[in-house]
Amino acid sequence: MNSNQNILVKLNQAGFRIKDKWLVKGVSLQIEKGQIVTLIGPNGSGKSTTAKIALGIYKNIDGEVEKYTNKVGYVPQKISIDWTLPLRVRDFMVLTENLKDEDINEALSLTGVIQLKNKNLGDLSGGEFQRVLIARAISKKPDLLVLDEPVQGVDFTGEIALYKLIKKITDELNCGILLISHDLHTVMSATDHVVCLNGHVCCSGSPIDVAKNNEYKALFGEQASQILSRYEHRHDHIHTSKGEIKKN
Amino acid sequence: MLDDFFIRALIAGLGVAIVTGPLGCFVIWRRLSYFGDTLAHSALLGVTLAYSLELNIAFSVFIISSLIALILIQLQKRTNLPGDALLGLLAHSSLAVGLVVIGFLTFIRFDIMGLLFGDILAVTVDDLLIIWIGGPLILLILRLIWKPLFASTVNYELAEAEGLNPDRAKAVFTILMAGIIAISIKMVGLLLITGMLIIPAAMARNISSSPQTMVIFSILGGLLSVVLGLFTSLEFNTSSGPSIIAASLFLFILSLLNIKQSIKLKN
Repeated sequence: MNSNQNILVKLNQAGFRIKDKWLVKGVSLQIEKGQIVTLIGPNGSGKSTTAKIALGIYKNIDGEVEKYTNKVGYVPQKISIDWTLPLRVRDFMVLTENLKDEDINEALSLTGVIQLKNKNLGDLSGGEFQRVLIARAISKKPDLLVLDEPVQGVDFTGEIALYKLIKKITDELNCGILLISHDLHTVMSATDHVVCLNGHVCCSGSPIDVAKNNEYKALFGEQASQILSRYEHRHDHIHTSKGEIKKN
Repeated sequence: MLDDFFIRALIAGLGVAIVTGPLGCFVIWRRLSYFGDTLAHSALLGVTLAYSLELNIAFSVFIISSLIALILIQLQKRTNLPGDALLGLLAHSSLAVGLVVIGFLTFIRFDIMGLLFGDILAVTVDDLLIIWIGGPLILLILRLIWKPLFASTVNYELAEAEGLNPDRAKAVFTILMAGIIAISIKMVGLLLITGMLIIPAAMARNISSSPQTMVIFSILGGLLSVVLGLFTSLEFNTSSGPSIIAASLFLFILSLLNIKQSIKLKN
């Protein structure tokens, strides 16, 4: 049984391999309500694989995954959509769940793409499509958001705005977020817990702790460590002994 | 009224078209036209089985087609052959075996042309019952699995991640495909069932901007093809299947003209 009511998903020594090649191995982490957990690591270090393990996309995994919610919003890193499908943005928004029109409008407005509602999905630019993907994931008001490089291809100002939005949504919905990103600057300022991957968990903890870790320094270099440690971890809430979250 | 073979054929054809409309959209979206062909070719085996064991044709075609689909899935898991090679292998070998078995069943007279291309004279009141009970049942089940099936057609991982169980929807859809082949074989004939599935849907794609409108146009196109085709068949004494398919091709060509016009309008 789930001893902590706030846990949304829990990985215990989870790993995935294709034949004899391990994509990622021995990952333990948990995501709680209102928490942003960020996965960092070089290319091919198993970030997306870890996300897919947590989501239950990969079936034959090693270790254990316990998922306590089915209300999940997912923004995949790569998405191949058959553009021959007649699919408008509004059809895409209700792909996995029926939504009220006002909820669709709200989500599209939040990510700044409401004007594209009736456009064909195939006619969008990369950045526009990325905003639609984020809108779709948040519109169903999920308990767990899994965002795999959610702002790729989005313009610079949009990137910052979207990260702010993601942070705001976590607080409003009190949902948990599993975030994958390469952008150490923007991400670390809002992250509760960082897991640094390189085929396995090389270190994890608060951004400050990770920044001080020698393995992290070896992986990303001294400079990245300085970026990370500049961000003091600021909570706008406190975790009580019962695991509840209180706003300051 | 049902004594008139033409009325029977018309009612049967309309019943089939309502079901092939939405299924055909999925066949196009999921790129399953060769898969549909394979199931349809294997239907000949089902027909021979029906004659030799005195079973209902629709029933035994359904069983054999489902069996072939299962064999295909197993072959995909166990061999390294590409999908289209496996489809071709199953399609032609099951057609061949079916024809060989027919050769052995010398005591029964087969109307091979009717089997391959459909025969409106062969539609009985029993067939009407099968079409109008089986057809709505197929539609109802498709309605139930629509969400996971459509979501996984757009993107499998999204559907899986957000808890829609796309694998189950895919398995159910395969059974529905076997079902539509079983109920439409007499009408359209086994060589042309895939045409009935994809041509009205392809026509609909040309004039639709959303999945729902494509399904509706696909049904309407199918219905119109049946009416046009059957009247042609009656008038000129042509086979029903080819006449219906030719009518749907005619509609497809019309839909292309429509595109050209709208492009002109835009400029």
